[in-house]
Amino acid sequence: MNATMETHTTNDVSPGNTPRLLVQSLAKTYGSGPKAVEVIEDLTFSVHAGELVCIVGPSGVGKTTLLKCLAGLQPSSGGTMAIDGRKVSGPPAEMALVFQDYSRSLMPWLTVEKNLQLPLRHLRLPAREMRSRVEDALGEVGLSHAAKRYPWQLSGGMQQRAAIARALAYRPEILIMDEPFASVDAQTRFELEDLCLKIRDELGMTILLVTHDIDEAVYLSDRIVAIGHKPARVLEVMDVVLPSPRNQIDTRALPEFSAQRTKVLSLIRQAQA
Amino acid sequence: MKRHAFNLALAVATPLLLVVVWYGTSSSSTNAFFPPLRQILSRFADLWLFEHFTSDILPSLGNLVVGFVSAVVLGVALGFVLATVPLLRAMFEPSLHLLRGIPPVALVPILITLVGFGNEMRISSIMIAAVFPTMIATIDGIRAVDSGLKDVCTVYQLSKRDRLLSVYLPSAGPQIAAGMQVSLLVAFIVMIASEMMGTAQGIGAMTLLAQQTFMAADMWAGILLLGLIGFLSNLLFDLIKNRVLSWYIGSKKMEKVS
Repeated sequence: MNATMETHTTNDVSPGNTPRLLVQSLAKTYGSGPKAVEVIEDLTFSVHAGELVCIVGPSGVGKTTLLKCLAGLQPSSGGTMAIDGRKVSGPPAEMALVFQDYSRSLMPWLTVEKNLQLPLRHLRLPAREMRSRVEDALGEVGLSHAAKRYPWQLSGGMQQRAAIARALAYRPEILIMDEPFASVDAQTRFELEDLCLKIRDELGMTILLVTHDIDEAVYLSDRIVAIGHKPARVLEVMDVVLPSPRNQIDTRALPEFSAQRTKVLSLIRQAQA
Repeated sequence: MKRHAFNLALAVATPLLLVVVWYGTSSSSTNAFFPPLRQILSRFADLWLFEHFTSDILPSLGNLVVGFVSAVVLGVALGFVLATVPLLRAMFEPSLHLLRGIPPVALVPILITLVGFGNEMRISSIMIAAVFPTMIATIDGIRAVDSGLKDVCTVYQLSKRDRLLSVYLPSAGPQIAAGMQVSLLVAFIVMIASEMMGTAQGIGAMTLLAQQTFMAADMWAGILLLGLIGFLSNLLFDLIKNRVLSWYIGSKKMEKVS
């Protein structure tokens, strides 16, 4: 059916080139029998260390389901997932997740600082390391001044920064973000996108970001995994070649940017038709 | 701010004015059942401020505090277990709602039969009656923990202890506090009721005795004392609650502004 589409999924699991995250033939079906709903048919993709990969697809294609399966919040119906070549099942300890809805992700009864400490408690770190991790993470997202404040005293953008800081303090092998900027205004969105790029560049963090926003995906990605159809499968994996460092004004004005954008958009449109 | 101060002044001045009106209009009363407030107040001072303070008020309050605190501890613990273990919930929830429907005061005669007339009876009546509001509120509060916060617990692999003490309990906190406030009221009612049978000691017994011996002023003095205790205990509860739940009050205010 889509034989014309070249799908270069990365299956190169050769030694020395093990991807940080490898998802193979992931499938998810809700329910069973005649009432079963197949949401994800077959998703295979990889994210290499230090890469920022965006999964982009239209609303309702199963992006959130995919993330829930990756994060161990829901069991998948088939396929495998490996981090640095190790097969994982259940919630992987190496992974941190930034949720779309920051207001339902930070504990309102804890200060920003305490929110960051909470996931670290079971790691039994020495007090000094705990403190420095929290301070570093807050510094990274520009929230050092707000450590003692409560999430509800902060703007939406600052709350999402705090949620990102919590993920950073956890020092994950891979940071997964679920539509992280969907609930903030456009200006804040640009700021947070640049924060994402900064984290990747400064900390070498591996990031997998899910979005429905094609412009955002093109602006942020090293690679884009476009998904579509019902049930969902990978339409195409594309390298995004844009000069770095990227910035909101110049990068978005580049002809390569709009070319890339057009390519992704028409791909997704085509799959929807 | 000005409006706030005005309202506060009004809230203090109105009850005071009512007392003054009561004092004035009752001063020449000869009705045996409605003695002058002057007389009630003087009986109040004689009865409650000195010897009976240690012999009657303190034991009553002691029962109230012990009964209420153990009811809260038990209510939160049971509520938590029932909310998190589906099997237990399915087994016991209907019976609990039936038990809760029994008027708390009706428990007193049963406990007298089972435990006798001692302090143990009074404390256990208070506890059994007061446990339900807190327990039911805890069940509801724990069940209402946001699924987003639960996802955070799973993703960051929080320990059972952290989940319990740092996520579930604080999240259910506002509801638990509302339940505790009802428990406090129930505990107070049962405290009085439990003293009205088989004892000559305690505020309830003294008030009932005054009524039965036609000492109207003493009876009113007892009721005045009960009113004061009820009011002050609730005030104290609110002060503690507002401190513990300051995050909740703050976030609600913030929601209203935005």
